[in-house]
Formats: sequence, structure tokens, C-alpha cells
Amino acid sequence: MLEAITDHYNYWLVIFLLMAGLFVTMTSGNLVKKIVGLNVFQTAVFLFYISVGKLEGGTAPILTGEPEQFSNPLPHVLILTAIVVGVATTALGLALVVRIRETYGSIEEARLQEADRQDELRAAAEQGR
Amino acid sequence: MAPDMVTVIDLVLLALLCATAIAIILVRQLFAVAMLTGAFSMLSAGLLVTLDAVDVAFTEAAVGAGVSTVLLLGTLALTQRRSEETRRRGTAPALLAVILTGCALVYATTDMPGFGDPGAPGFRHVVPEYISGSETDIGVPNIVTSVLASYRGYDTLGEVAVIFTAGIGVLLLLGRRREDEIQDEARRSDSGGEG
Repeated sequence: MLEAITDHYNYWLVIFLLMAGLFVTMTSGNLVKKIVGLNVFQTAVFLFYISVGKLEGGTAPILTGEPEQFSNPLPHVLILTAIVVGVATTALGLALVVRIRETYGSIEEARLQEADRQDELRAAAEQGR
Repeated sequence: MAPDMVTVIDLVLLALLCATAIAIILVRQLFAVAMLTGAFSMLSAGLLVTLDAVDVAFTEAAVGAGVSTVLLLGTLALTQRRSEETRRRGTAPALLAVILTGCALVYATTDMPGFGDPGAPGFRHVVPEYISGSETDIGVPNIVTSVLASYRGYDTLGEVAVIFTAGIGVLLLLGRRREDEIQDEARRSDSGGEG
């Protein structure tokens, strides 16, 4: 039992972070906060990958000429790519938020849905006329 | 096994990350949320150093904590500073879904090789070749650099394509706005001239 905890505690705490990010994304009505939730989720996935690549007693994968044990460099490369792609998608999401704010005058999900509903009602009334 | 210093630092940083995540859930002031996100990225960069991923750590510190926070603050300046006090719909089902998913994931980790286990399959396949070949094939002492630029160069090319697409998307979304504004201003100055 104790071994199961020392073997996996890192993964479990990272899963808590994952679920915190998912919760913010699901429940927040504010679009900026939704994107922040996605960012938290993303960072937790990065930590998970790097945790999997960690080697007990290993060092950073840089050759120094001495015989050493290295942590797995492959997840490092994948996550290096993922961080930059993550910022690119965050920038795109935030640009969408700015456009939505200009069109609707709000970035609250409830108000956006209300505005859409009123637009539909107005369109239906005009068709009926 | 007595916990060594790195394990203690690891646990402290993870605890701080969890506290920051809870604070992000609770806080409604969007400026504070942006700052907490920056702190979250910085703490995770610290954690990445203890996990031997130094290249990832400084990318996270520069891009995650730096650029992301600037982008968030820029968005707040263009939109609003505070999340409204609207009643949250569906908090209880969301909490239930999150807890169930979390439990399923924790159950799944029990099948995984232990943290830092040298016998894990991930260390067996191509990784030893990358480590031994980095000096002889590529001639770069940093193994992460040689994998990024050479062994997995196509992945990096794909990354550039994704960033280029996102850049075009941002330009299209925000560039159009400027055109509209110019047209608006032209219209306003026309009607001002007539009146």
C-alpha cells in the first residue's frame, strides 16, 4: 500500500490539477476564465508527461562526458513542442474572445445565450409578419 | 526509504500548484486570475526542473508564464476586468463528472510503472539509441536539442505549421476589426462634414 503511494503520488496530484482545470472550463461562465481553465489543464498534462519520463537517480539529458543515467529526453521534446502550440491556441482563443466582446458587448456565456435567443425571437417575429 | 530533498521540494511545489488551482476556481477578479495563471506556470517550471526537464522548464517560464500572461492581460484591457456574479449553472453535475473522471484516472495509474522506475517501457525502445547516438550521430551534447532538431525534426516542422496557422487566425480575427474601425471613422467624418 505504502509502495503504491510512493510510486504514484506524483501522478495523483497531477490528476487533481487536471480535474481542477476541467472544472473551471466546465462551470465558469466567463470566456477568459474558461481559457484559463484550459491552460491549467494543459500545464497539468505537461507535468504528467514529464513525470512519466523521470528516472530515479537520473539527471537532465545533457552529455557532460561522465557516464550518467539520464531521464527520458523524448517526452521533453514532445512537451517543448506542446507548450509553444498551447500558447498559439491560447492566443487564437483570446482573439476570438475579443471579437465576441465587440459583437455582443459581453464575454459572459449567459448574456451571449440571452442575446442569441432574442435575435431568434426577433427573426421569428419578422418572418411571421 | 527516507524522503530525500528533491522529493520534499517536489511535494511542496505540487502542494502550491494545487492551492493555486483552487484559488483560480474561487477568484472572480479576472486580473487576479491572470496573475494566478502566471504563478501557476512559474511553479510548474520549478517542478519541471526537479523532474530533470530543464529545457521544458525555461520554455514554460518564458512562454507559459511570460507570453501567456501578457496575452491574458491584453485581452482583459480590451474586454472587462471582472467576471460577473452570475449563478453558476450545473456546478453539482460538473463536480460529480470531475470526481468520477479523476477516480477513473487514479485507478488507471495503478497499472502504470512507478514514478522514476528504470524498468519502464518508455526507457527501452528508441531512447537508449537517441542517448548514445546524440554525440556520435548529431554531435550535440544536449540530447533534447538533437532529438528536437534532428531525430524528430518533422515534428518540429509540424509545430511551425500549427503556429503559422494560429498566427493567420489571430491576424484575420483582429485585423478585420481595424478595417471596420477605419470604415466607421470614414463614415463618421463624412456625416460630420455634411452636418
